[in-house]
Amino acid sequence: MAYSFDFAAVLEYREVLLAGTLRTLALTATGTVFGLAIGVLGAVSRAWRIAPYDKVFAVYVEAVRNTPFLVQLFFIFFGLPSLGVQINEWQAAILAMVINLGAYTTEIIRAGIEATPRGQIEAAQSLAMTRAQIFRQVVLPPALRKVWPAICSQVVIVMLGSSVCSQIAAEELTFAANFIQSRNFRAFETYFIVTAMYFVLALLVRQIMIRGGRRLLGGRRA
Amino acid sequence: MNKRLFLRTLIATAILGSSAIALNAHADALASAEKSGTLRIAVPQDFPPFGTVGPDLKPRGYDIDVANLIGRELKLKVELIPVSSTNRVPYLTTGKADLVISSLGKNAEREKVIDFSVAYAPFYNGIFGPADLPIKSAADTAGKTVGVTRGSVEDLEFSKVAPANTSIKRFEDNNSTISAYLSGQVQLIATGNVVAAAVNESSKLRRLDTKFLIKDSPCYVAVNKGEAALLARVNEVIAKLKRSGDLNQVSQRWLHAALPANL
Repeated sequence: MAYSFDFAAVLEYREVLLAGTLRTLALTATGTVFGLAIGVLGAVSRAWRIAPYDKVFAVYVEAVRNTPFLVQLFFIFFGLPSLGVQINEWQAAILAMVINLGAYTTEIIRAGIEATPRGQIEAAQSLAMTRAQIFRQVVLPPALRKVWPAICSQVVIVMLGSSVCSQIAAEELTFAANFIQSRNFRAFETYFIVTAMYFVLALLVRQIMIRGGRRLLGGRRA
Repeated sequence: MNKRLFLRTLIATAILGSSAIALNAHADALASAEKSGTLRIAVPQDFPPFGTVGPDLKPRGYDIDVANLIGRELKLKVELIPVSSTNRVPYLTTGKADLVISSLGKNAEREKVIDFSVAYAPFYNGIFGPADLPIKSAADTAGKTVGVTRGSVEDLEFSKVAPANTSIKRFEDNNSTISAYLSGQVQLIATGNVVAAAVNESSKLRRLDTKFLIKDSPCYVAVNKGEAALLARVNEVIAKLKRSGDLNQVSQRWLHAALPANL
């Protein structure tokens, strides 16, 4: 146990770490917004069996949830250009995160929608509300409120999972760590600091999600 | 005789004795090779394309071709001795081989124990890319995207000389760097000429041509210290092979590129 720590060697690269952190947060924020949008659309299609979208989303959900995120990322980054679609590493990373989060939140939100009491919908129908009105005002808010803790967890998981975007040279936080330790060979200190940073980021993202949920959805839950 | 003096004498005797044996083993390798009619050459067997084992279980590669060419020119039968990168120098210094042709680079430490011929094979890190992209120096990469394997020698060296607006994409391993190039995600890559040769051999998607060198470390034939006659003959032969185009053919065959003019 005679290892002598040299954290100064890592802190020399604090700008790289900061840039990586900001990019990880930006990736997570963009991924969350668009991922949740897909999740809501997928959930209502599947829960209310809106053909043909329910089948489309069923295939999408199974395809995404049964393949590794890293492989999805490589598929997009290395595969699409071969088909003539040029996208850079950030577009590939965001696309992969949106697709991934969309599939998981589809299933999470669907559970919330299916838990809506039958009588609530019937009450809304008797007030002559349209289907869209019922969904927007009666079904969705309580459904989201019920499953919000699960969504928060999924967003944190996706944020931590964004670390694999370093593999396609997207310069997020894990890329910063790999870069720094390839320059100063202080792997232990570098990952020590970056692990702590991810931990703080995860707590932060969870707090933002919980507070954001309370503000958007109201209620005491989440 | 006190204990310390005794020890010193013992060590001195041991050193003198071993150097005498070493000198003995090295006594004019060229003469003894000509006497026996065979030249013993240490070659790699685990380092494509310089030396591998072919489907017929015989060694083959750039170094093996050069070994056979040198044997042909010296009119000696070649005995190939397969070595690894860790034991190739000991094989020479202990007299088990007359020459080492094993993609050996030159450095100050090695020069203390063995002598080097003129260079016989190119070995370098450089910037590679498609033939139609006019890139001659690091300055020309401004505004281009360059893929490189993170933490590799070429990453460290190129990062020092690259212009600020060159977009360097750093990948986890050689395969990702190559895939990024082949799929068009980067315009150029920094890698070794051997890696580029392997890519050109196996993929027809996008060729890799050398744009400029980042770090040059060509390969040399090694002989034991004090083998002036052998070294002179080897240098003569290599110069002749360069002139005749034989060495260029070897380069084309194994590295898929012409021999650099300055080698």
